[in-house]
Amino acid sequence: MTLEIGINLAYIVSAVMFIFGLKMLSSPASARRGNLLSSLGMLVAIAATLLQVVSFQWIIVGCAVGAIIGFLSARLIAMTSMPEMVALLNGFGGIASLLVGWAVYHNLAVTEGSSPDTITTASIFLSVLIGGVTFSGSLIAWAKLKEVMSGKPILFFGQHIVNGLLVIGTFTAGVYFCMDPLTGLGYQIFIATIVVATLFGILAVIPIGGADMPVVISLMNSYSGLAACAAGFVIRNNVLIVSGALVGASGIILTAIMCKAMNRSLSNVLFSGFGSASSAKGKEVEGEVKPLTPQDAYYILEAASSVVFVPGYGMAVAQAQHVVRELGELLEKNDCEVTYAIHPVAGRMPGHMNVLLAEANVPYDQLVEMDDINPIIETIDVAIVIGANDVVNPAAREDESSPIYGMPIINVDKARTVFVLKRGMGAGFAGIQNALFFGDNTRMIFGNAKTTIQGLVDEFKN
Amino acid sequence: MELIYLLFILMLSIFLGFELISKVPATLHTPLMSGANAISGITLVGAIISAGAIGNDNVTNLLATLAVAFATINVVGGYLVTDRMLAMFKKKTGGGK
Repeated sequence: MTLEIGINLAYIVSAVMFIFGLKMLSSPASARRGNLLSSLGMLVAIAATLLQVVSFQWIIVGCAVGAIIGFLSARLIAMTSMPEMVALLNGFGGIASLLVGWAVYHNLAVTEGSSPDTITTASIFLSVLIGGVTFSGSLIAWAKLKEVMSGKPILFFGQHIVNGLLVIGTFTAGVYFCMDPLTGLGYQIFIATIVVATLFGILAVIPIGGADMPVVISLMNSYSGLAACAAGFVIRNNVLIVSGALVGASGIILTAIMCKAMNRSLSNVLFSGFGSASSAKGKEVEGEVKPLTPQDAYYILEAASSVVFVPGYGMAVAQAQHVVRELGELLEKNDCEVTYAIHPVAGRMPGHMNVLLAEANVPYDQLVEMDDINPIIETIDVAIVIGANDVVNPAAREDESSPIYGMPIINVDKARTVFVLKRGMGAGFAGIQNALFFGDNTRMIFGNAKTTIQGLVDEFKN
Repeated sequence: MELIYLLFILMLSIFLGFELISKVPATLHTPLMSGANAISGITLVGAIISAGAIGNDNVTNLLATLAVAFATINVVGGYLVTDRMLAMFKKKTGGGK
């Protein structure tokens, strides 16, 4: 009895440490210590759990394998691949909850005379269902990010009907399973639930385009938390429920932020197949594109007293963050004020660009959010758009027929001069024409972003 | 009654989560997600309880061991990668170069 109370007190301590850890994430200055505190909380929870088990061999095997894989992947992953890493981690969280539910259920099924109550069976069902959806959905998201499969939305005839049938089937199976989990068809229904959950995760993510991945990752993040929550109900453990709920809430908030930044509802992101061939394209834009050579760009930059960089996914692809920082430093030495304006959905996951620029040693006080740069954008001499497209498209403000109409953008077209670094004249990920490229104050610098900026850096040094 | 008590905890934690997370600045959203991933590795507690019980049959042992492995990847990988990212966030004075 005393041991049990001690263990539960330790769980409370670890929950408190998670909460303080998250609280310290509210500032970059304290964030690292917050993460450390949170990991200590995890250590406390694990140590307390180890006190109540009797057999250690399988735990040691599992922990050793997991720790080695986790350690190596955390060390070796490139910062540009962070969205893939987070997608995979979401998926692993999901499958872990699925497996916990399955292990508990299997143990019940093979033990003579066990009769779990409805709360337990319902929680087992939910942890397997949410865990399965999270796992397969995250793997598809990972494949799309990694470009193992096409980032284009995959739609087929009757997709909504298939999804609807799956939902009805899942619901029926759930009710049946909760009423009669162990005898009769119980185990078959359980296995069918795993299959259906996996299918459902796949079907839910394939119609979502590559540019909408920030939403998917955030949502999967939330699901992985909810799956942990469900596993917490299975084993009646408070610390799982509390931590799962914290993660669930975090994912939901990020999802909401991402949706708001695209001016779309969650259901629109999930079900519309945005960016597929059938969706609207908006007005054709007419006008003249004015290309600029890096030499001329250098003369303009040398005279500029304020420059804002607007990075997008293209900067990650070109690995241009380090030369961008170098150019930024040279500009600062030239008495120019340099900031980096980051749209909430720039890149492939929330905060993607911030991490890349931090990797390149850009101090975080130079990173500004969209809402802070837009009111002063008219006073900026040069806005340099690097590999961003839809998030700076003025059609979102002006063209009501555009599919991105109403989406908040960084108003670079209102800056005195805009440089757009781009490989060619192709449309953005959403397949929408960009009026910015044809603006009077816009100059296009064609070519690989990294080479172009390197060229500018060399000009400054000479 | 136990269900009500667990649901009570769930509900309060969700509200707490909303309060905490809405204060995280956009700059830190990626580390927030990977850190949250690490926290959702708390499933490890459930996995350890399953894997550490005596009298399990082989299937249970296999499932529970796999669960331990996946949850450990989340915990170890999640915290380490978050730490690696957060170490890069520097203020202008002192560590700008």
